[in-house]
Amino acid sequence: MSATEERVSGNGHVGRRMRRKEDPRLITGRATYVDDMNLLGQLWCAFVRSPEAHAKIVSIDKSGAEARDDVFAVYTGDDLDLASGLPMAWVPPGVEVQTPEHWPLARGEVKHVGDPVAMVVGEDRYAVIDAAEEVLVEYDPLPAVTDPHAALEDGAPLVHESLGTNKIHEWSLGGGDLDAGFAEADVTIERTVVNHRTHGGAIEPRAVLAEDRAGDLTVWSSTQVPHFLRLFLALILNVSEERIRVVAPEVGGGFGSKLQIYGEEVLCAWAARKLARPVKWVETRSESMMAQHHGRDQVATVRIGAKRDGTVTAFHTKIVADMGAYLMLLTPVIPSLGAFVMNGCYKFPAVQTDIVGVFTNKMATDAIRGAGRPEATHMIETCMDQLAAELGLDPLEVRRRNFIPAGEFPYTTALGIVYDSGNYQGTLDKLLEHLDVDAFRREQEELRAKGIHRGIGFSTYTEICGLAPSRVVGPAGVGLQTGLWESAMVRVHITGAVTVYTGTSPHGQGLETSFAQIVADRLGVDPEQVEVLHGDTSTGPQGLGTYGSRSLSVGGEAIARATEKVAAKARAIVAHSLEAAPEDIEVQDGKFIVKGSPDKGMTLAEVAGAAYIPGDQLPPDLEPGLEETAFYDPENFVFPFGAHAAIVDVDVETGKVKVVRYLAVDDCGPAINPMLIDGQLHGGIVHAIGQVLYEQVVYDDTGQLVTGTFVDYALPTAAEVPSFELDRTETPSPTNSLGVKGIGEAGTIGASAAVVNATVDALRPLGVTELQMPLSPMRVWQQIQEAQA
Amino acid sequence: MSATVPVRLEVNGRAHQVDVEPRLLLVHLLRDRLGLTGTHVGCDTSNCGACTVHLDGDAVKSCTVLAAQADGCSVTTIEGMADGATLHPLQEAFWKDHGLQCGYCTPGMIMAAADLLARNPDPTEEEVRHGLEGNLCRCTGYHNIVRAVLDAAEGVRTGRIETPAPTAAGREAGEELAEEGLGA
Repeated sequence: MSATEERVSGNGHVGRRMRRKEDPRLITGRATYVDDMNLLGQLWCAFVRSPEAHAKIVSIDKSGAEARDDVFAVYTGDDLDLASGLPMAWVPPGVEVQTPEHWPLARGEVKHVGDPVAMVVGEDRYAVIDAAEEVLVEYDPLPAVTDPHAALEDGAPLVHESLGTNKIHEWSLGGGDLDAGFAEADVTIERTVVNHRTHGGAIEPRAVLAEDRAGDLTVWSSTQVPHFLRLFLALILNVSEERIRVVAPEVGGGFGSKLQIYGEEVLCAWAARKLARPVKWVETRSESMMAQHHGRDQVATVRIGAKRDGTVTAFHTKIVADMGAYLMLLTPVIPSLGAFVMNGCYKFPAVQTDIVGVFTNKMATDAIRGAGRPEATHMIETCMDQLAAELGLDPLEVRRRNFIPAGEFPYTTALGIVYDSGNYQGTLDKLLEHLDVDAFRREQEELRAKGIHRGIGFSTYTEICGLAPSRVVGPAGVGLQTGLWESAMVRVHITGAVTVYTGTSPHGQGLETSFAQIVADRLGVDPEQVEVLHGDTSTGPQGLGTYGSRSLSVGGEAIARATEKVAAKARAIVAHSLEAAPEDIEVQDGKFIVKGSPDKGMTLAEVAGAAYIPGDQLPPDLEPGLEETAFYDPENFVFPFGAHAAIVDVDVETGKVKVVRYLAVDDCGPAINPMLIDGQLHGGIVHAIGQVLYEQVVYDDTGQLVTGTFVDYALPTAAEVPSFELDRTETPSPTNSLGVKGIGEAGTIGASAAVVNATVDALRPLGVTELQMPLSPMRVWQQIQEAQA
Repeated sequence: MSATVPVRLEVNGRAHQVDVEPRLLLVHLLRDRLGLTGTHVGCDTSNCGACTVHLDGDAVKSCTVLAAQADGCSVTTIEGMADGATLHPLQEAFWKDHGLQCGYCTPGMIMAAADLLARNPDPTEEEVRHGLEGNLCRCTGYHNIVRAVLDAAEGVRTGRIETPAPTAAGREAGEELAEEGLGA
């Protein structure tokens, strides 16, 4: 099926599959990532990292490294004079969160493999790695704990002795009468759902370059959050914020892994100030596997109560979240993001999520693409299939019976969350226009007779994104210690060219293009004339970065609002010049014209000329210039949704699962650029397929990292995944003027359950009734053997 | 390490003579010494393919080739693929088909695809997928990369665009250098 016809509106650019403005520099090798920059006098650094999961540091002998001619300095935790440690930004009202000190270099003890112990600064890329090997650290190993359930038992080794417990926090969100819901249920099922630990997998490793010139600090970092990084550098280094500039130049993917304040960023900046030389660090992949924050790692116990017709009466989830050894920027709040959508697309009348966070001797977890919502959706959508099987009903029929009807939006869920808009039946119906399930079932039978085990699985999801309404998630609400609005500045130059400054920090999403389309339509110019600047704290207003599928629905709306202010001033100038009323001026075919008189009009360049060279054309009550700023704090989140179907073949001799066909109908509101939406979905779906079938961060019982490289941690390649069949519906969000919802994480959130459900469907005749990710050949084969025994 | 070895090689049609540490990787010679930063590094284990360049016409992972091994060879990097302002057919197709997002894997992906098309100008989707197995992309899910490679292939076949093999002249020049006896 072909995805989506074009739907063009306004000046003709919004809704168009416009190819990206970003691409010329990227396809010719002329883009500038952090490691593409070198400064005169630059030094390099490398980190000495713990090979132990848990140990006391007995001694550190720096002398060998320090004796080298090519080494400038070797630092350990004791050498650092920082005002504070690394940040954790969540203080939930009324909930105690055990938060240990977290220093960029370990002090006294190491808590996980990869914990940085020393920093070596020297002359070149290779020399510092040699020198790091000459730093001799003596460790006294301590017992490590790697299983979160074991960590909660009495007598378990403590990750942080000083806290006296491995339990980080308990947090709950519920609504409706759970007891009554289970009491009126005809059937109650309980399932364990494991969502294993993953790695972000951005192909560009982290990189930092820091320079201090007479107290003015500039830090280039491969980050999703340059403004947050500037703020925390100011606090940790005790430098006034205006003396710091943070730049996220071209960033080679993030997926949440670069939504972080990393110790290495702080240390490069600190050392650059200390040594008065630029300092650069480029992460190796082995380092990224052990020291970029991981994602997921939750074990949930899900209980569903339902009537015999499949109507769910209660949905209760208990989550044990393995958060690793430290709490990083958002570590403990991630499972809570999932709790907000534990209603799924359904009218569950009573819903409760209880979360326990646990320390283990592993790398910290934090946001990875979807951040809590993939876990929640996986629980809901695999358990809806389990419920259907228990009741002997069609899984799609069970879903339909529980869908929130399209006529009931905005809909307040049992949890008190207001879903902005939706049409879940609509996306599912459209999906089934492209997929004849009855024909599939006949084919499935025929193939089975030939020994081919093919299965089909569905997932109908909604998710919460567009982070975020500050009053809801800020200090007085969920407890994040920040606002989550976004900013924009739109500057029309004297020639009519336009520069847009956004506080978001795109790193592959194509926002330079979609933002330009939005502005071009409102100002009557070509998107080629609209430059979008981002990721540099010195260029525009304060901003908050790119994550949580927020950049279009929050950042784009801020741009639309700033542009509308510019357009209003332009209309006033045109009206004054042409002796018409401002409300009669509109943009058409590249001009501001008087309604009904398309021959009377001014181009943006003419308007800008009037604004910058004040004369008769500029109304006397207007300031010169043509530039406006807007800050936009959304009133609500946005809730994209969709219906996905996976078809898989299982080789029952080897246990190997292959996705042979994948269809998805998603709804993120009116498209700005349909091509970019499809691209986000392709990548998002493969991210989920990767988790289901191939990817897993594995630590052994002693806390050693087994998956230390891309040899052991298998990202999917082109050969492992199919082409995708995508379609869309467009249900506008009432939350913003563009009607848009986020799409960066939706594919990842929706897809994993479809693949697992399809695999169970394929193997049901063999007696397999449920499966836990990852569906490695060994695990699938074992499940088949157990079912057959 | 103090000892260096002389390396002569041609990169994108330009001759270079440099003294390097014997252990210097080709990718770091290209990036740090010659300033050709379009070739990227994404892993330590030759899995990701972000560093793919052509060495005497064949795709290699330049993080797994010593600079010294490239002595006497001709190297083509992503910077050498366009002909002036005219993009290589694969670059054009990646742009048109949205075959990239963050762009980090893209140079290596294009170099690997060019090698694939030089060997097999008329690949099936399956052949493209297997041909690119050595290059990882986290953003695109490969869908549009595969489409771009198939589009570029079709463009060449139908005469819309010229052969994607970029290194015939470079290869000749490299062989000349090698004949001078400087080959590693």
